[in-house]
Amino acid sequence: MPGLLERLGGLFGGGVDLRSLISPGGFPGGVHPAQMKITAASPIVQSPLPPQLILPLKQHIGQICIPIVEVGDHVLRGQKVARSQGYVSAPVHAPTSGTVLAIEEHAVPHPSGMGRQCMIIEPDGLDEADQSMPSLCDYLDEDPAIIRERIRLSGIVGLGGAVFPTFIKMLRDQRHPIETVILNGVECEPFLTCDHRVMLEHGDSVVRGLNVIMHAVAAKGGIIAIEDNKPDAVDAMREAIARAGFEANIEVRVLPTRYPQGGEKQLIQAVTGRQVPAGKLPLHIGVICQNVGTAKAIHDAVCMGKPLTERVVTISGDAVPHPANICARIGTPMPFLLAQCGLRDLSGVRLIHGGPMMGERLPRMNVPMVKSTNGILAMRAESLYSENAQEEPCIRCGHCVEVCPVGLVPNELAWHCRNDQFDRGQEYDLFDCIECGCCSYVCPSHIPLVHYFRYAKGQVAHIEKERAFAELSKARSEARDNRLAREQAERAARRSKVRKSGAAEAAADASDDTEAGTSGAESGEKAS
Amino acid sequence: MSLLISSPHAHGGDSIRANMLSVIIALLPASAVAVYLFGWLALFLMMLCIAGCMASEWGCLKLMGRPSRIGDGSAALTGLLLALTLPAAVPWWMALTGCVVAIVLAKQVYGGLGHNPFNPALAARVVLLISFPLNMTAWLVPMHAPMFAASLPLNLYDFSQCWQLFWFGPEALGKGLDALTMASPLGHVKTEWSRGVGAIEALRNYDYSYLDAFLGREAGSLGETSALALLLGGMYLMARHTISWHIPVSFIVSVYMLATVFNAVNPEHFAPPLFHVLAGGLMLGAFYMATDPVSSPVTPRGQIVFGIGCGIITWSIRTYGGYPEGVMFSILLMNCAVPLIDHYFRPRVYGK
Repeated sequence: MPGLLERLGGLFGGGVDLRSLISPGGFPGGVHPAQMKITAASPIVQSPLPPQLILPLKQHIGQICIPIVEVGDHVLRGQKVARSQGYVSAPVHAPTSGTVLAIEEHAVPHPSGMGRQCMIIEPDGLDEADQSMPSLCDYLDEDPAIIRERIRLSGIVGLGGAVFPTFIKMLRDQRHPIETVILNGVECEPFLTCDHRVMLEHGDSVVRGLNVIMHAVAAKGGIIAIEDNKPDAVDAMREAIARAGFEANIEVRVLPTRYPQGGEKQLIQAVTGRQVPAGKLPLHIGVICQNVGTAKAIHDAVCMGKPLTERVVTISGDAVPHPANICARIGTPMPFLLAQCGLRDLSGVRLIHGGPMMGERLPRMNVPMVKSTNGILAMRAESLYSENAQEEPCIRCGHCVEVCPVGLVPNELAWHCRNDQFDRGQEYDLFDCIECGCCSYVCPSHIPLVHYFRYAKGQVAHIEKERAFAELSKARSEARDNRLAREQAERAARRSKVRKSGAAEAAADASDDTEAGTSGAESGEKAS
Repeated sequence: MSLLISSPHAHGGDSIRANMLSVIIALLPASAVAVYLFGWLALFLMMLCIAGCMASEWGCLKLMGRPSRIGDGSAALTGLLLALTLPAAVPWWMALTGCVVAIVLAKQVYGGLGHNPFNPALAARVVLLISFPLNMTAWLVPMHAPMFAASLPLNLYDFSQCWQLFWFGPEALGKGLDALTMASPLGHVKTEWSRGVGAIEALRNYDYSYLDAFLGREAGSLGETSALALLLGGMYLMARHTISWHIPVSFIVSVYMLATVFNAVNPEHFAPPLFHVLAGGLMLGAFYMATDPVSSPVTPRGQIVFGIGCGIITWSIRTYGGYPEGVMFSILLMNCAVPLIDHYFRPRVYGK
C-alpha cells in the first residue's frame, strides 16, 4: 500500500507525497534531490597523520575556548589543550601527540573566509594517548551528572553539523521528563554517507551510545530513525540492538526518504507526529535528538575514555577521482584529505563544507576539517548550481510554498527581504526559516531565496544590536540630563537658602565639594 | 556569473521555459480539436496570435531596453491561449489587437513577466468582447457539428476559402456572418431564458447532447469545446506538477455543486450541473487560465478559496448575468482578490 501510494505520488511530480496524507507522522513539504551517495559502499578508511594539524579554538556554537598549553609544549592525544569559556562551549583536545607550533589566526571553514584563533600542532608520529580519563564502562551505575560532565569534558558537540554542545541537551529537568531519545541516522543530504558508514561499521558503539544518553536523561525509550534508502543500515542497527539486548527499549524506525527529514524539528514530527511549539525546545515535548555520530562519540568518551579527536568525513563531489569515507583527526587540512582521494590540483574546483543542500561554499582551500565537518564536496565550478544560476523574475508558481517544511511563503518572504522590508519579513515568519534550501531547489526562476533570508536575518540582527545600543545610549544620556538638572536645582535651592539665611562660607564650601564629586562621577561614566 | 556562495548548491532543474513548454504541450490536444473543428481558420488564428504576442513582447522589451525574454515561451503561451478563447470567425486585425492588449497593456505595463495582476490572455479577451461584442459572440458552425451534418455552410478544410475568410471577412465569400454561424449552447440557454423558457426546454429544442459536449462537437471558441481534450491536457499538467489540483478541482466542483443545488430546487428553470461543467470555457478556464501562476494565489488553501470564488461567480453570471458565459469575468475578478487571499490564507507555520 505505501509503495503504491508513493508511485501515485510520484505521478504527481514527486513534490506531493500521498503517504503524508495517511501517516500522521510525516512532515509537510520537502523534496527528493538526486541521492548521489556514491560512497555508500566504501568502507571507512583511516587517514594517516598530516604534517600539521590546525585546531580551531571554536568548533561549536557558543564562546571561543581559551588555550591552556603554550607554544613549544608537548601534548598527548586526547589532552585538553583549550578550556571552555562560559556555559555554551566545548573544550578542544589535541588530536594526536606532538608539539604546539603556534597559536595564531588561521583560516577556518567559514563561508566568509574569515580567520580564527587556531592551535597549530606538529605530530611526533608516536600518537601517544593521554590516559588520564578513566573509562566509565559501568555507566548504568554512574550518576547521570557524572556522565553529563564526562560528555562536556570530552568536547562532544552535535556531529550532524549544528555543533551545539551536547551536554546542554542532556539536562535532566524535573518539569520536562524526557520520554524518547531519537537518534538521527537519516542523513538526507545528497552525497553524504558518513553516518551511514558509522551505523554499518560501528553499530554496537552507536547503540551503546544511545543507551548512555537514555540513562543520562532517564528516558524510557530510544528510536533510531533511518531513511528507507539505507536498508543495510536498518539491518545493521537491528542486529546491533539484538546483540546488546536492548530490543525492549530501542527500536529502529524506517522513514520514507525525503529531504530535509534530518532536520531536528522535521525528524521529531516524522517520528512522533508532534511539532515542537514555537519558541520551545524538543525537551519541552519530552524528546531529544542526537546524531548517530554523536552517539558513537559519546560511547567512545564514556565507555573508552576517549575525548572527541576524530570523526568520519565523506569526501565526494564530481571533481574527486576516488570518493571515500575517511576517519580523520580533527584539524586535518582539507587539501591533505582531498589528496588522499586523488584530488591534488584544486584550480577550478569549489569546496563545499557539508552537503549540497545546506553546505557552505568555502572561499579558502587551506582550512582544516573541524568537528562539524560531515562532508567535503569538491565540485567543478561549471557544475556548481549556486555559481551558475541566473535569477529570473518570480512567476509565483507556488512550488516553494508546497515544499517548505516549515509552512512559510518563501516567495513573498524573499520579496520583503530583498527590498529591505525587514518588519514585513518578520511578519512572514523570517526567523522560522531553517534554511534547508528546498525553496531554492525547486524554484523555476532560480531565485536564491535562502540567500535573501540569510541576508535579512543578518540585517535584522544588526539592526537589533544597533537599536539596543541606541536605547542604552539614550537611557544613559537621559539619566545624565536628569541628574544634571536635579543637581542644578539642588544647587539653586541651596544657594537661595544660603542667600536667604545669610549664613556664609561654610555652606558655600560644601556646595563646591558636591560639584567636584559629580564631575568625577561623570567622567567615570563616560569611560565605562 | 553570479558570485553567490549561499546554499543550496544543487537544483531540481525546473525552469520558467520548462513550465511554459509543458502548458503549451498540454494544450496540444485542444489545439488539435480546434483544427479538427475549424480547419485552416484555427491554424491561421493560432499562428497569428502566437506571432503577434511574441512580436509585441519583443518590441516592448526592445523599447524598454530590457533583455529579450522571447525564449522563455511565456508570450507564445499567451498567444496560444488567446487564440483558443477566440471565436473562429474573428477578423485578423481583431485578433492582433488582442495580442497587443494582452502583452502591452495587460503584461508589460505592469512590469513584465511575473508582475501582471490579470491573466493577459483573458484581459485581452475582455477588451475584445466589450469592444466588438458582435464578432466576439458569432460562433462559426464547426465541421462535424451533428445538427449541420447534412449541410455545412462552409467547408473549413478548404484552404482558399479559409484564406479569404480570414483576411477579408465573410463578405469576400459573398455571405453574411449570420449565414455561417450558430448559437452556442450557453448562448441559446441564455436567450431562451430571457424569453421565459426554462433550461431543460431550451436544451431540448437545441438538440443538446452531453456526449457531443464532452467530445467537443459543438459551437464555441476555438479551444474550449472539447472537455475531453482539455481534461487530457490538465491531467498532463498535474502529472508534470506544473499545476496543482487545487484550483481546477475547487473551481469545477463549486460550479457543479451550485448547479446541483439549484437544479434540484427547480429543474425546469436551472440548467443541470453536468451541462454547466461541460459548457463554455469552464474546462479551459479552470485548467489553463485560473491556474496561471502569476495571477493566482500561491498557497494551497488560497488556491482553493480562489477556485471556489471563480466557481460561484461563473455560475452566477451564467444564470443571472447579462452575458451567457462568466468564466472569463470570474477569473479576472478573482485575480483582483489574489493579494488579499495570499495574505489571509497562508499555511500554518511549524510549531505555531
